[in-house]
Amino acid sequence: MSAGGILPLSLRGMGYAVGGTALLSDVTLDIPAGRRLIVMGPNGAGKSLFLRLCHGLIDPTSGTRKWATGAARPRAQAMVFQRPVLLRRTVAANIDYPLGLAGLARAERAAKVAQTLDRFGLRDMTDQPARLLSGGQQQRLALARAWAMDPEILFLDEPTSALDPSATRIIEEMVAQFADEGITIVMTTHNLGQARRLAQDVAFLHRGRLIEHRPADQFFAGPQTPEAQAFLAGDLVW
Amino acid sequence: MTHTSRFLLSAASGLALIAALPASAEEVITVASTTSTENSGLFGHILPLFQSETGIEVRVIAQGTGQALETGRRGDADVVFVHARAQEEAFVAEGYGVQRFDVMYNDFVIVGPSDDPAGLANAADAPAAMAAIAGAQAPFASRGDDSGTHSAEKRLWAAAGVEPGGAWYLSTGSGMGATLNTAAQVPAYALTDRGTWLSFQNRGPLTISFEGDPVLFNPYGIILVNPERHPHVKAEAGQAFIDWIVSEAGQNAIASYQVGGEQLFFPNAQ
Amino acid sequence: MDGPFATAITLIATADSALVQIIGLSLRVTLSAVVIACAVGLPLGAALALARFRGRGAVIVLFNALMGLPPVVAGLLVYLLLSRSGPLGSLALLFTPTAMIIAQTVLILPIVVSLTRSVVEDLWGEYREQLTSLGASRWRAVPTLLWDGRVSLLTGVLAGFGRASAEVGAVLIVGGNIAGHTRTMTTAITLETSRGNLGLAVALGLILMALTLSLNAVAWGAGQWAKGRLG
Repeated sequence: MSAGGILPLSLRGMGYAVGGTALLSDVTLDIPAGRRLIVMGPNGAGKSLFLRLCHGLIDPTSGTRKWATGAARPRAQAMVFQRPVLLRRTVAANIDYPLGLAGLARAERAAKVAQTLDRFGLRDMTDQPARLLSGGQQQRLALARAWAMDPEILFLDEPTSALDPSATRIIEEMVAQFADEGITIVMTTHNLGQARRLAQDVAFLHRGRLIEHRPADQFFAGPQTPEAQAFLAGDLVW
Repeated sequence: MTHTSRFLLSAASGLALIAALPASAEEVITVASTTSTENSGLFGHILPLFQSETGIEVRVIAQGTGQALETGRRGDADVVFVHARAQEEAFVAEGYGVQRFDVMYNDFVIVGPSDDPAGLANAADAPAAMAAIAGAQAPFASRGDDSGTHSAEKRLWAAAGVEPGGAWYLSTGSGMGATLNTAAQVPAYALTDRGTWLSFQNRGPLTISFEGDPVLFNPYGIILVNPERHPHVKAEAGQAFIDWIVSEAGQNAIASYQVGGEQLFFPNAQ
Repeated sequence: MDGPFATAITLIATADSALVQIIGLSLRVTLSAVVIACAVGLPLGAALALARFRGRGAVIVLFNALMGLPPVVAGLLVYLLLSRSGPLGSLALLFTPTAMIIAQTVLILPIVVSLTRSVVEDLWGEYREQLTSLGASRWRAVPTLLWDGRVSLLTGVLAGFGRASAEVGAVLIVGGNIAGHTRTMTTAITLETSRGNLGLAVALGLILMALTLSLNAVAWGAGQWAKGRLG
């Protein structure tokens, strides 16, 4: 996934302000291929905003966001939201939809949809209305849909915060598998246990600033900033 | 994207629906006439006779006389067939119509509550009857729509020397039938042509209160819209209709139309 | 007295040919108007929901206000347009079913546009990030939003159908209520009322209501089915 790929993603002094209020300031960070980066921080620290800026849903108001290919918003990326937005159509049609947007030929799409359904155990639900699935099943479908898009990098915004523990475990397993296949993961979470299980690197945001960015083992062993120490100790309310 | 194509398909079939509107092969003329003629059922009686003789289909738009003349003036009809002599003559004089032909007449009657609160039964003539209504301030329902009937009513008020107005004078601003419906409800007096009255079903307490004065005669005229003014006018077919209606065949057809055993229209073509 | 119900049933039972013709014309005119208004109004409403331009608010207010356009006024405008003395007089459309379709389209279009705008705008708020993430441009999102809003949009289309099928003022002016040619259910009801045939008028009204009722029932059923089927 390295040669000719869209990664690394280079952020230089990236910031975002609305009406003069800075919501995110001066983030400088490289996201290399093949890593699992967990973005942590208290509520309102700017984690979701950070993901949206990286993914290109919004553009920074200051600084730069550059992909290795130079494309403004490369296709080989996907995002899974806290509450997945599934289209009012069948499970299979939901997987097919972004493939159609990407301009894949009909036969190619059908093959990819079938492959995705089989791989994620969604075969029995092929023709079920996606909106009528349970929360856990909907999130599974959202991840499967993201996977079908062949992303090099996958952004996940609190993907399990609305799910029960068993559904959470399934989603974590899926994320780990994606990472094993070489998909770069950038994910926000509130769940410290989940962060410890999945993270290779941690980026810690506080009040719209990136104040720590280190390998996960070092971060969890001894955070350098008092804010991160307080956060890990559970003193910071989110 | 099957949804998009499905959507486009339904849109296209909708347009096809319009395109498929039938275009009549046979000759069709449009006649602007009055609600009283249409409501009396006369056209339903005579038009099939004309069509079977000539193959020309007549489409009748029933409007008030004022509106029917306006339709002719705008060129939206080929023939006007109305009953307001002065306005018809003006229509021809202004160059909108070719020539006016007498066709038939019926007569107006004054209808009112059967207990006759204004005492019309004793009136000597029509203006006296109108004066009696005004004098008693008995409710009177007027068309108020510049129709032929309304024009006739205004002439009668003028002859009676009355300027109608006040709470008893109800201007409905609508057609003959609607005005009669109102009169039946109030109840009120109203001026109506006999044809509409005879075929009118919802009379309630109304009955004929006054009739028979020659000033109540109501002549109908027929005029071809001037093709010099409106070149698209179907002059030949329109003239054929006019020729037929003033011919013996047309005049007999008019005379033979009856409602409840009564003849409604009296042919008077010269 | 034979009530209007009895009259209605007799008319239907004998399949009165004039009645069948009138019902056929009413449905053809109204359904054509609904289809055209949707073909124009759905994309237009969706575009209005997603577009950002100067004067957008004014356009939205205008369409909302036009929902209350009196049918007689719409009819009069179409009349003046199609009259032989009007700008489109040479088309010879006045006093034809086509003129009635045009007038009813004018009446329904604002309903379809306004409702579509509101439904698509709400849906866009919910879908915007996800669709952008999946690679849909703002304009590519339009058919997706229309399709996903189909159950709500159906309500708007039915409201349009209701307005058109109940309407008499516009079709009377531009159609002329010509027997066998431009006489619809509503203009026939008006005519029979003016002839004092109240029983027949009510009977026709009952038939019209029954038609509207069954069409709405079918549409509602279809909506419920789609809801259960596709969430």
